[in-house]
Amino acid sequence: MNFDLNTIWFILVGVLFTGYAMLDGFDLGVGALHLFVKKDEERRILLNAIGPVWDGNEVWLVTGGGALFAAFPDVYATVFSGFYLAFYLLLASLIFRAVAIEFRSKQPMRWWRQMWDISFSAGSIFSSLLLGVTLGNLAWGIPIDEHGEFAGTFLGLLMPYPLLVGVTTVALFMMHGAIYGVMKTEGALHDQLRGWAMNAIIFFVICAATTSMATLLYVPHMADRVRANPWLFSIVLVNMLAIADIPREFHHNRDWRAFLSSCLAMITLMLLFGLNLFPNLVYSRPHPENSLNIYNAASSPKTLGIMLVIAVIGVPIVIAYTGCIYWIFRGKVKIDRMSY
Amino acid sequence: MDVLTLSRIQFGATIAFHYLYPPLSIGLGLMLVIMEAAWLKTSQPIYHQMARFWTKVFALTFAIGVATGIVMEFEFGTNWATYSRFVGDVFGSALAAEGIFAFFLESGFLAILLFGWDKVGRKLHFFATCMVCLGAHFSAVWIVVANSWMQTPAGYHIVGQGLHARAEVTDFWQVVFNPSSMDRLFHTVCGAWQTGAFLVISVSAWYLLKKKHLQFARASLRFGLIVSLAAALLQILSGDSSARGVAKNQPAKLAGFEGLYQTTSNAPLALFGYVDERNQKVVGLQVPDLLTWMVYRQPNGVVTGLNDIPPADRPPVSASFFFFHGMVAIGFALLAIAGLGCFYLWRGTLSEKRWLLWILVFSVLGPELANQLGWFAAEVGRQPWLVWHELRTPDGLSAVVKANAVLSSLILFTFLYFLLFAVFIYLLNDKIQHGPHEEDLIPSGKLALPTALTENP
Repeated sequence: MNFDLNTIWFILVGVLFTGYAMLDGFDLGVGALHLFVKKDEERRILLNAIGPVWDGNEVWLVTGGGALFAAFPDVYATVFSGFYLAFYLLLASLIFRAVAIEFRSKQPMRWWRQMWDISFSAGSIFSSLLLGVTLGNLAWGIPIDEHGEFAGTFLGLLMPYPLLVGVTTVALFMMHGAIYGVMKTEGALHDQLRGWAMNAIIFFVICAATTSMATLLYVPHMADRVRANPWLFSIVLVNMLAIADIPREFHHNRDWRAFLSSCLAMITLMLLFGLNLFPNLVYSRPHPENSLNIYNAASSPKTLGIMLVIAVIGVPIVIAYTGCIYWIFRGKVKIDRMSY
Repeated sequence: MDVLTLSRIQFGATIAFHYLYPPLSIGLGLMLVIMEAAWLKTSQPIYHQMARFWTKVFALTFAIGVATGIVMEFEFGTNWATYSRFVGDVFGSALAAEGIFAFFLESGFLAILLFGWDKVGRKLHFFATCMVCLGAHFSAVWIVVANSWMQTPAGYHIVGQGLHARAEVTDFWQVVFNPSSMDRLFHTVCGAWQTGAFLVISVSAWYLLKKKHLQFARASLRFGLIVSLAAALLQILSGDSSARGVAKNQPAKLAGFEGLYQTTSNAPLALFGYVDERNQKVVGLQVPDLLTWMVYRQPNGVVTGLNDIPPADRPPVSASFFFFHGMVAIGFALLAIAGLGCFYLWRGTLSEKRWLLWILVFSVLGPELANQLGWFAAEVGRQPWLVWHELRTPDGLSAVVKANAVLSSLILFTFLYFLLFAVFIYLLNDKIQHGPHEEDLIPSGKLALPTALTENP
């Protein structure tokens, strides 16, 4: 593997989407759990746990999409036009959950809050599911014709394997969100969330084991690189250990480290996905020769170079102030009159 | 209807709806910076109360702006995949830069602006407000640069042929500073400042009419009117500069704006009217030679008419004319309103001029409408091109998307956006009816005033 600009951009796009999963993952997860919380006061606490940050988290998706457009325009064009209806449903879900956060607590009526609660939770679950289904399709491979265009159908995207990855993603985000919730709450809600986090971990481990088996059986190309380089199996081990570490950290009341472990689990999963996909970005099935890879789908070296300069200047600044903002809003959530 | 028509309707509708909100975020962002600066400088509690109230309005517009903005980023790929392949090398970079430099800044510091009042000190809060405002302006920079490149492409070359042709960057700075980008950026941002300022003016004038929150309303109105007058004056300058750029770079578009068919060295400027396309003339009030003078700053100079442009390369004339002239008329009306408002403000009799206050209440519709018409003029005037003289609109469509898919998404989003708009108006009205909070006159937490100043506010 030589680190040319195309490879660097494969990694950077991966970093942006991993950042998205780690950050928006927890607020989508909190949304997925929202209706399980019954008291209005407790729902507000959870909403305000993500209140100051969910917006910035979603920008990782926007920037990831922009980076994909700029670095690999053919991938952006093929996938976005090919997944047309799926992506419009994803957009509608993201819109519903976003405005629900803003609208919900602006009025006291029960029906009003109930309506936006459902819209927030359903939107969160549905967006997680669709993001996972997209990932699952990219892992499985999608039909691409010789012009690099999508040759499948909408219903063809809803096959069992992608749906399984979708459900796994919902489970992963639920686990991540529950752990984040544990970190940000206190008292009865805190204890309750801890119980849910444990259940979510079990749910996720079952899903992940099923997905792994299905992948090994039916999507063998997604294990090629690890099969050829056995030392890469260490990533799988780190992933397992990270998940196993979460209950241990809970036991020692180190909620923050439980959250970090959950992040590590996500990073290793994305790493495995990226390593096995590389150098393809969209694997074409049944015609692998039509796959879109980091060379035939990329922008010119000049643009990749310019973009790298932009990323090198911009991303450290973004990470620095995002870190500061998370620091300012650290600690347990308190409701005040500016809250959602 | 075919895919092309449906896709154009969908893109037009989704972006028009989206564009109701960003100008409010940009303009209100500037107003918030001014209000907080006034508070920081004078420690008058009224400025604190103003900043708090307008922050809530800002939050509402921002949320819908963000939610509807993501749609735009997806739509290039979903509906205009061939266009995306063609321009990705150039256009994609601007979008990615917008994400990194603008959206992160805006949404990150928004957390402090909205929820940080009691968590950080006054100076840090002011800094966060400035960053949100800067982020909003940066997003205007990158998106207008990207759009201007479609109007007046520069700094690129075409690689490949036929279906595989695409534009590749040769000079990044020429892309950014393409011939129309700075004029159009200035014009767009001035429009956004007017939108924010006139929202503040509208609500304040309403309170004055209803004799509510008088101190708050007077102070807000003063800031709003001054900003609106400054922005309206700058807007005339930027509009003039922008129009001269169009004359130079996109003569077909200017001919469409003015309904000018015959190439002439004494081109008239229409003030009001409509285009009689069959007889190829403008019916209405025209000032002789004025267009020539505007373009060349002298009584003689050739302005190209539509008859010297191949029929396949002409924009829709009546629509271009209507949108453009609608925008210009509103622009001058806003200048007059802002001027009158400032005049009576200076005289100290504004509160007594109820007729003017009523005009001010409805004035916020002016910049919103002008923003919409201006973008319609810019985009319809660019037709039949998607990228000027490089890619035609029908050639940019997604190859694999069928009409019924576009129809489904169009129906879904029409329903969704009507719902969003209704809720937005309902909540905005609710906020306005509640008015500013009395307790905001006494800052709490880390923002509490130094004791020496509270004695003599």
